[in-house]
Amino acid sequence: MTWLPRPVFNAEHDQFRAEVRKFYEREIVPNHAQWEKDGVVPRAAWKKAGDAGFLCATMPEEYGGSGVDRLYSAVLIEEQSRANTSGPGFSLHSDIVAPYILSYGTEAQKREWLPKMAKGEAIGAIAMTEPGTGSDLQGVRTSAIRDGDEYVINGQKTFITNGQNADLVILVVKTDPKQGSKGISLLLVEATRPGFTKGRNLEKLGMHAQDTSELFFADVRVPVSNLLGKEEGQGFYQLMKELAWERLQVAIGAVANAEAALQWTADYTKERKAFGQPIANFQNTRFKLAELKSQVQVARTFVDRCLELVVKGELDATAGAMAKYWCSDLQNNLLNECLQLHGGYGFMWEYPITRAYADARVQKIYAGTNEIMKELISRTL
Amino acid sequence: MQGIIPRTVFGAEHEEFRAHVRRFYEREITPHREAWEAAGQISREAWLKAGEAGFLCATMPAEYGGAGVDRYFSAVLIEEQARTFDSGPGFSLHSDIVAPYILNYGTEAQKLSYLPRMAKGEIIGCIAMTEPGAGSDLQGVKTTAIRDGDHYVINGSKTFITNGFMSDFVVLVAKTDPSAGAKGTSLILVDSGTPGYSKGRKLKKIGMHAQDTAELFFDNVRVPVSNLLGEEGKGFIQLMKELAWERMMIAIRNVEMADSILQHTVTYTRDRKAFKQSILDFQNTKFRLAEVKTEIQVTRVFVDRCLEAVVKRELDPATAAMAKLHASEMSNRIVDTCIQFFGGWGYMWEFPIARAYADARVQRIFGGTSEVMKEIIARTM
Repeated sequence: MTWLPRPVFNAEHDQFRAEVRKFYEREIVPNHAQWEKDGVVPRAAWKKAGDAGFLCATMPEEYGGSGVDRLYSAVLIEEQSRANTSGPGFSLHSDIVAPYILSYGTEAQKREWLPKMAKGEAIGAIAMTEPGTGSDLQGVRTSAIRDGDEYVINGQKTFITNGQNADLVILVVKTDPKQGSKGISLLLVEATRPGFTKGRNLEKLGMHAQDTSELFFADVRVPVSNLLGKEEGQGFYQLMKELAWERLQVAIGAVANAEAALQWTADYTKERKAFGQPIANFQNTRFKLAELKSQVQVARTFVDRCLELVVKGELDATAGAMAKYWCSDLQNNLLNECLQLHGGYGFMWEYPITRAYADARVQKIYAGTNEIMKELISRTL
Repeated sequence: MQGIIPRTVFGAEHEEFRAHVRRFYEREITPHREAWEAAGQISREAWLKAGEAGFLCATMPAEYGGAGVDRYFSAVLIEEQARTFDSGPGFSLHSDIVAPYILNYGTEAQKLSYLPRMAKGEIIGCIAMTEPGAGSDLQGVKTTAIRDGDHYVINGSKTFITNGFMSDFVVLVAKTDPSAGAKGTSLILVDSGTPGYSKGRKLKKIGMHAQDTAELFFDNVRVPVSNLLGEEGKGFIQLMKELAWERMMIAIRNVEMADSILQHTVTYTRDRKAFKQSILDFQNTKFRLAEVKTEIQVTRVFVDRCLEAVVKRELDPATAAMAKLHASEMSNRIVDTCIQFFGGWGYMWEFPIARAYADARVQRIFGGTSEVMKEIIARTM
């Protein structure tokens, strides 16, 4: 299938992509079905990704990374999406959790966590959502009350990616429960702290190999030096700062997965016969696939333009919201159409389209629901 | 509306040109809207004024009366016309489709005879492909031009011809060899006033009421063989050559139309009150318009990327088809979404949105239907 050239990537990115693709083919794809049964990706896979240099690649070398640009992150996200292996929470770990530590951590915090994260020896998670609070972060109830040189944490989080595996959680708490967004802070909480327990590994519609969890905090004490950032009450602003990039990551994955699904469907419809001819020859199939290809090309061009801006540090929050909403919608619509062209096989878990369909649904929900994206975009009308 | 993603295709000289074009439309075109719609055509004076201002055939070389500028200037002209919804003037067909055929395939004598006068607006050009029985399938053309000594004798009829009624000459698609299919097709210049060549009705249409779309009839019309454009039998290939650009013209127009429709809608919904608040403040309005804004932004980035490619003559036909398909389908969707917010006023001709709604429909039909675009794209699966 032919596409417009992607000038945003250079030869080094392409070479990196080839390595990542091989890694997924060898280390991830063959094991994914088992991991889906286990509900979790084993630590050994994290270590292999670390050894290969695929974790925290954008972190500076002094903290164990490769100091590369975010296009490398985009390559990693695309290759994982293309491989249709939603289990490993590598990009959350590398491109969301690690940057918080790099941006707001003390030298000691950075030295303690980033090199271990880059090696896959420590797995990171970020805990925002609570049973009663999703997109509306001001409603966070988990509290961290100062007591001498420590914070005492109480509360509960849910839907936490990498939750079972996590060695370190960036916890969104209220250090001043009387305040709204100004009372929010980010705390580093180690999994070993007494009173911190991991709840169920949640059963989900899709992403079965992803260890999405509940987390509980009962009088968990951490030193005040675990605060991320110089002062309390900055959490909300810290969380806002990289939102455009975090949302673009969803869009990048969405388009790469959509492109892959289109290819599987083009291949399948060429092989599958009905009424004496390949179903790819029916005009309905041809036109549907042509529409979908056009949409993927449009989305891809848009995401690449956003990537150009991200690398320059110029991606606007609204553009990030547009990319997240539009591309995740497109991915879901495309998978629905492509699944239909697979007939009954599209309902069978052994077919990649089926897993992709189940996995994709949450793309319209997490990282801010698409309704929240529309709310944000509407403010620029 | 200020885009969220900065546009990079235009330079300062294009933006300066844009300001001139905008003033021209405000002064010379928009005030005549109603009168021209009633007349079913614009005035000759308007053509002459556009010529004087340098807005006709701007991309033609200076020796043929043009300004020798790049196609980004054509894009500016198309956009500025699109944003006013003044669909009457067929300037871009004349300048960016008809004139290039003469430049690319004409003899020196033909170029000198037609192009300078076209650039001045003294003569108006059109191109006649469609027939009552042949639309997208050009091989079905029945109009014949049979060689008789030093002349061709032309018989047949054409319809849906933009600029047809006012035109002073037509680039006619005819079969010089009716027994051959595509290979029997040629392009011939026929001047108005040639005996046997007559113009039929100005056709009544859903929209584009100030556009003089007409039927043309050829009854034993004799033209010298020197009126052939290029070589005999090459018509089909000649028509293919600039298709990517011709389709991009439609894509460019539709994005700008859509953008203008959104602006009108935001302004109206902000001013219009219902149930004691601006209807823009209702969540439904905000979300629908956020979706519209996103669709436009995403399409804009894609069309700009294609515009860059087409100016460099690097745009492949399938991607151009995607741009035409996606942009015209998008503008039709969004004009329907937007007109709804105007309530009953949206149905009144005095509101520009009503005109835009009516004009939009044909964008999915001319320049190759959406279905033909899908056929072209489907071949690349």
